[in-house]
Order: sequence, then structure tokens, then C-alpha cells
Amino acid sequence: MASSATVHAHAAPQGFIRKYIFSLDHKVIGLQYYFLALAAVFVGMFLSLLMRIHLIWPTAVLPLVGEIKPETYLQLLTMHGTIMVFFVLTTAPQSGFGNYFLPIQIGAPDMAFPVLNMLSFWTTFVAFVVMIAAFFATGGAPLHGWTGYAPLSALQSAGPGEQLGADLWITSIAIFCIASLMGALNFITTILDMRAKGMMLMRMPLTCWAWFITAILGLLAFGVLLSAGILLLLDRNLGTSFYVPLVVVNGQVMGHKGGSPLLWQHLFWFFGHPEVYIAILPGMGVASQLLSTFSRKPIFGYRAMVYAIMGIGVLGFMVWGHHMFMSGMSPYSAFAFSIMTMAIGVPSAIKTFNWLGTLLHAKIRLQSPMLFAIGFVSLFVSGGLSGPFLAQPVLDIPLHDTYFVVGHFHLIMGVAAIFGIFGATYYWFPKMFGHMMNETLAKWHFWLTFVGTYAIFMPMHYLGMAGHPRRYSQLTEVAYLHRLIPVQTFMTYAAFVTIGAQFIFVVNLFWSMFKGPKAADNPWEATTLEWTTATPPPHDNFGGHTPVVNHGPYEYNVPGAAKDFIMQTDPAGVTAH
Amino acid sequence: MGLALLVVIWLITFISTYFFIAKTWWLPHGAAAAARWIDGQFTLTYILMGIVFVTAQVALGYLVWKYRDRPGAEPVRYTHGNTKLEVIWTVLTAVLFVGLNLMGSSVWASERFEPAKPGSVPVEVTGMQFAWYFRYPGADGKFGATNPKLIDPSSGNESAIGLDTSDPAGKDDVVTGTMYLPLGREVDLRLRAIDVIHSFFVPAMRFKQDAVPGLEIHMHFTPTEIGEYEIACAELCGLGHYKMHGMVHVVSQEDFDKWLAQREAEKQ
Repeated sequence: MASSATVHAHAAPQGFIRKYIFSLDHKVIGLQYYFLALAAVFVGMFLSLLMRIHLIWPTAVLPLVGEIKPETYLQLLTMHGTIMVFFVLTTAPQSGFGNYFLPIQIGAPDMAFPVLNMLSFWTTFVAFVVMIAAFFATGGAPLHGWTGYAPLSALQSAGPGEQLGADLWITSIAIFCIASLMGALNFITTILDMRAKGMMLMRMPLTCWAWFITAILGLLAFGVLLSAGILLLLDRNLGTSFYVPLVVVNGQVMGHKGGSPLLWQHLFWFFGHPEVYIAILPGMGVASQLLSTFSRKPIFGYRAMVYAIMGIGVLGFMVWGHHMFMSGMSPYSAFAFSIMTMAIGVPSAIKTFNWLGTLLHAKIRLQSPMLFAIGFVSLFVSGGLSGPFLAQPVLDIPLHDTYFVVGHFHLIMGVAAIFGIFGATYYWFPKMFGHMMNETLAKWHFWLTFVGTYAIFMPMHYLGMAGHPRRYSQLTEVAYLHRLIPVQTFMTYAAFVTIGAQFIFVVNLFWSMFKGPKAADNPWEATTLEWTTATPPPHDNFGGHTPVVNHGPYEYNVPGAAKDFIMQTDPAGVTAH
Repeated sequence: MGLALLVVIWLITFISTYFFIAKTWWLPHGAAAAARWIDGQFTLTYILMGIVFVTAQVALGYLVWKYRDRPGAEPVRYTHGNTKLEVIWTVLTAVLFVGLNLMGSSVWASERFEPAKPGSVPVEVTGMQFAWYFRYPGADGKFGATNPKLIDPSSGNESAIGLDTSDPAGKDDVVTGTMYLPLGREVDLRLRAIDVIHSFFVPAMRFKQDAVPGLEIHMHFTPTEIGEYEIACAELCGLGHYKMHGMVHVVSQEDFDKWLAQREAEKQ
């Protein structure tokens, strides 16, 4: 493995462009992905703020934005979902942190294919530009939701934004798929081929396991979405009928015949459900890493954690039909999808038990990364436990396509995954930028975000139970929604506070980058390889030598050891493992 | 900091749980036969998941507080886990989740595996941007043919769904914008959509089913209480999704017959 690593080493680049723009260095590329996601998350968050305002003050005329019409609301919702899922939740945890820390954590000088790595970032960047361009297309962005159900998404005349905007939307997603496929190949090869001597698979940090399984999910899922997207483009522009049967829109008979709207749903969710795990698995890896490090205790049940990640990965491909219980799909297949979905709760529960087990008899340092890891566990439990409701087709009769679903997936794949990103940021910031972040601001950020996100998303479950359908731009037409408006108002105010709190984070991030106190090489007294090298790491990560790994990733408070942690590269024989 | 976390996590847990237990917001009043079973399964799931939710959050808050690093803290207990415990909680959660699922599945099977029984009331539901139309087959019990070319949404009712007036079976078909149903009789729904996907959602009837262009989906439910109930569209269908609203009037058999006869008379 060491020999293959030297093959991949490349000289440090000279000049600004090769160093920071078209860089081959996985660390720079990781940061590029991170800042792309940061830009995207602010766009996505701004859109959600406009949506929240519109729900409460439907006639408000906003500065710059103007009046939000019902169709504008749907366009905001579509772009919010798409940007958040693809350019934030897929981009930051996997492509951002994965790119930066996967090679270092396994002791490699770079990713296996540096040029491919650069290409996948810039392809993602193009996808983002195309997505944003949809806002400026004639007719605006599409209004078909991030799930883009055909025929609504396949017919240019089905609504405002379904013309050029929708073409740009699906083109952007297709480009994103290509970028993700390249990234996935790179991750898988790097992990299989470039681990340092002694870095056995079962000695990898759980972050690496999560990135590994996520990459495999990405490889299998994005190819399907890419094909589905191309077929949709053909239906939209070349008159094919993959997804569109004979339909009549506004009294006009469309030229399509014989297509199946359910085909899109099957293909979309065959990607879409694994995508949930693509968003959350890296967060689980980060939470495990942080809980162990700041508990000063080995992760409880390392092997069980690895098997649980694998189990989630495998089962994740067998549950897509649970999004379609009300779609007209055979009720018998609902039976099978439902059982598999309940089964995926088992590895998720195993992970939760092991996180709690890690805290037992520990010595918990409540620094900011740890706060976010604890927040992650809490949110994962809250968001996860609404899963067994939605996994039962019979309960989808009242709950499907209501705010209950919106609350569920926001808590678990939205907020929990974001807490993973925040935890990772506070944890790895010193290594990436050589400075410490401000701990006081970090704690304010944590408390406001933790309480704020619960205040936004927990009430959604109540709305859903009361039958409040999602994607309603106005609450005036359906009488039983009227008494729910105070809940919506509460959520909007909570959103103001929570979104405001994110500026604390941004200020802390950029201020600390330049003005934060200098960071030591291992400020958290952690054990994994990134903490053995200089801060920030040199171009080849380990300054000319290849690390040799002698220990598992989470050796804290080993009886008989001199310190309360043993680094993975410490000489063997300090103690067992 | 440990104490603050305990307090905040516990508060979030207890406040969230309070609103579930107090049923401040709950499933709407059920007025169909299936409500009993669906609500029963919902309540069971909610009790079991509620117990897990409270236990896990309370434990999380407690552990974080109890084992916080502080002067005089107990030494860390070095362990890599416990296989026996792993097996126990794996089996327990598997039994809980799969068991719960099987119980729910029997309700699902009774609702969706069997077609409507003979003698039920046939009603066709057609969804289009942004209205619901309901068709009753009339005395002959047969729905007449429809033709996409005849669809004219601006004229409403018969023309809106493209009813072919040359088909004798369609002569006595009644098309309305409000749904009328007789009390206590099973309704044999036939769901269609002419443009994009819509979803026929009647919360009080515990009924939801997508209406999909190109498909004719048969479903059934039995209203058990006289009253007026709202229909909402539950699948994003375009800019007017939020106003794709309708009403179900559940009336006595007598009133239903009277209403239908009146509609027939208006047609002639």
C-alpha cells in the first residue's frame, strides 16, 4: 500500500491558480466543496425564510423580493429543497470533509485520482451555477418540488417555471450526478487502495467507514438519477413519453401517450432514499468520532457500528417504495417495503444505543464540537422515531404528504446532518486553518440552533397529525387549517431566531480564520492520524514520511497508558489493541 | 454546561410530549369505518415510540450531566463494548419494529387488498388543475365513456371530464363539484386524473389516494357519520394546489336518493 501511495504523490503546485483554483490537492478541493456548500446553505436558508414569511403574511411586499405569489412560493420550495439536498447535505459532509480528511485519516498523501477530484469539484460548481440560473430563466424556477413528480415536471404548460427553468433544474441535477459519480469512484478507490501500513479496515475511524459506505451508495444511486433525469429531459423536449400518458392540460390534449408517472417515482426514489443516507451517514461517522474523543473513552461497540453502517447501506436500497404507499403502487408491494423500512430502524437503533453506551462512565468534555455531537444524537432520536409511523402504509393514509413528513425529514436528514457538519467544522477547523474558533460564540450558536430547530420542526408533527398538507402556499382555502395558523406563526418566529443565530457561526468562522488564537497540532488530544501531522497539514499531508498505524482509532483512557489517549501511530506495545 | 444540557434536552422532550399527550393537535375526528383501526394503530405506534423517545432523551440528558468532566469525577471505565448487550438491543428493537409493522399490516390488508363489496355506491373522482369532479353512474349503474378531446374545463361538470354524450351509458351520468355519499354504505371509488398527479385526501374519512393520469385506481371507504367533510389535495399539482379543495356531504340514504334524483332531473 505504501508503494501505491508514492505513485500518487505529486509535487506541490506553484502559483495562485494551480494552488487555490484548479488545485489537485484534496485539502484545497475539500475546502472548495465546503465553501460551495456554505454559499448554497445561505441561499437555501434565505429561500426558506421567504417561505416562512409568505405563509404568515401572504400579501406582504418585501424589499427587493416584492410580493410572493402562490406560484413563487412553490418555486422557492422547489429550489430550497433541491439546493439543500444536493448542494449542502450531499456536498459538505461527504465531498467537503471527506475530501479533506479521508486521505489524512487513512495516512495517504492525496486521493487516488487527483485530477478526477478536481474535475468532480468543478463539475459540481457548474451544476450549482446552472441551478441558480433557473431563478433567472423566463418564467422563473420550476414549481414541481424537489421530487419533480411527472407529469407536472414533464410538461412545459403545467405551470409557471415549467419551461426553461425546469430544463435548467434537471440539467443541473444531471451534471451534479456526474460529479458525484466521479467523487464516489475516487473515495472508494482511495479507501481500498491507499491506506497506510497497519491501517486495517477495522482500524479505520468511523468517519472513514461512513464516507466509504456513502461513496458506494452514491455510486449506485446517482447513476439511476442521471438516467431518470435524461429521460425526463427527453420527455420535456423531444416528445418522448417515458413518464407521461395521454393527458389534457388546460383543455389542450398533449402529444404524449402511454408513459408511466410512477416510473419516475420508482427511479427517483431508488436514488432518493439512499440519498437520505448519503446525507446522514457522514454525520453519524462524525458524531461517533466526536462522542468518543470528547468522552475520553473508546467508542462503544466499534464493530457493531461498522456493521450497522453497512446494514443501513444495504437496506437503504430496498426501501424506496415507502415513499409511494399512496401512489397507486400495488398494495402488496407496500407490505414488503414496509417490513424493510422497519428493519432499517434496527441498525439505526444500534447506533443510538452505542452512542449512549459511549457516554456511560465517561469523562465528558463539553466543548463546542461535543455539544453539536450530543445535539446530533438528540435530533437523530427525535427525527428517527417518526420513521416507524411513516413506514407503516396504514399510517401514511393520514400522514403521507403532510407536515408530519416535513418535520420527520427535516429533523433527521436536515438538522441532524447539519449538526454533523457544525460538529465537524468546530472540530476540524483548527486543523484546516491553524486557528481556534471562539468558544463563546460557538456555544451561543449551539444553544440557539438546538432550541431553535426543535421549535421550528417539532410543531410540524402536530400540524401533520391534524392533516395539514405540505406544499400549501396559502392557508386560507381549507377551513380546517385555520386553527393551525398560530402554530405556523410560532414556527416562523422560531425560524427568524434560528436563522439569525447562523450569522454568529459565519462571523466566528471568518473571524477565527484570521484572528483566532493559533492552534496546536492536536488541540483536542485526539487519536486519529490528522492530529499527528502539522497544522495545517503540508501538501503531502505528512511531510515526506508515511505514517505507520499501530492502534485502533479510539484508544482513550487505556489502563496502564501514560496519557489518557494513545494515538494511532504511537509505538505498538504501549498496550493491547 | 452539563446541567444546562440536561435541562434543555429534558424540557424539549417534556414539552413536545405534553402536546402529544394533551392531544392539543391530533388526528381530526374520524367519520369512517376505518378510523377506528387506523387511529388504534396510530395510538399504539405513538405510545411505543413515545416511550422510546422519552427514555432515550432522558438518558442522553442524564448521561451528559452525570459523566461530565469535573474535578473529582470517577475514572473512565475503559471498554470496547459488550457483545451480549449488542445482541439484546438488536433483537429487542427488531421484535418491536417488525411486530409493530405486522400489526399495522393487517389493518392495511383489510383496507387495500380487497375490492369494494358488491352493493357499494360507485363514484368516480376526477382530479384536474385545480378542481375535483364526482361522477355517479345513474340508474343503469354504468359509467359512460369519456373522451380526452371533449374535455373543456371552462364549462364545468360533464364537459370538464370530457363525458361522451353519444354513449348511451353516459346519458344518465351525473357529474358534480361536490361529493354526496349515503351514510353507512361502502363507497366504491374510481380515481382518475386528467393532467398531473393529484391526491384525494379526506382527513375525516381517513382516506388518501393519489389520482394518477393514465391509471384508474379503485379504492373504498365507508362513511359512518352524517356531516360535511373537507377534501384537500395532498399531491403538489401546480400553482393552485392550495386551493384544490372540495366537500364531501354524508347524508342519509333517503336524502342521497333525493339529491341524486334532483340532479338527474336537472340534466333532462
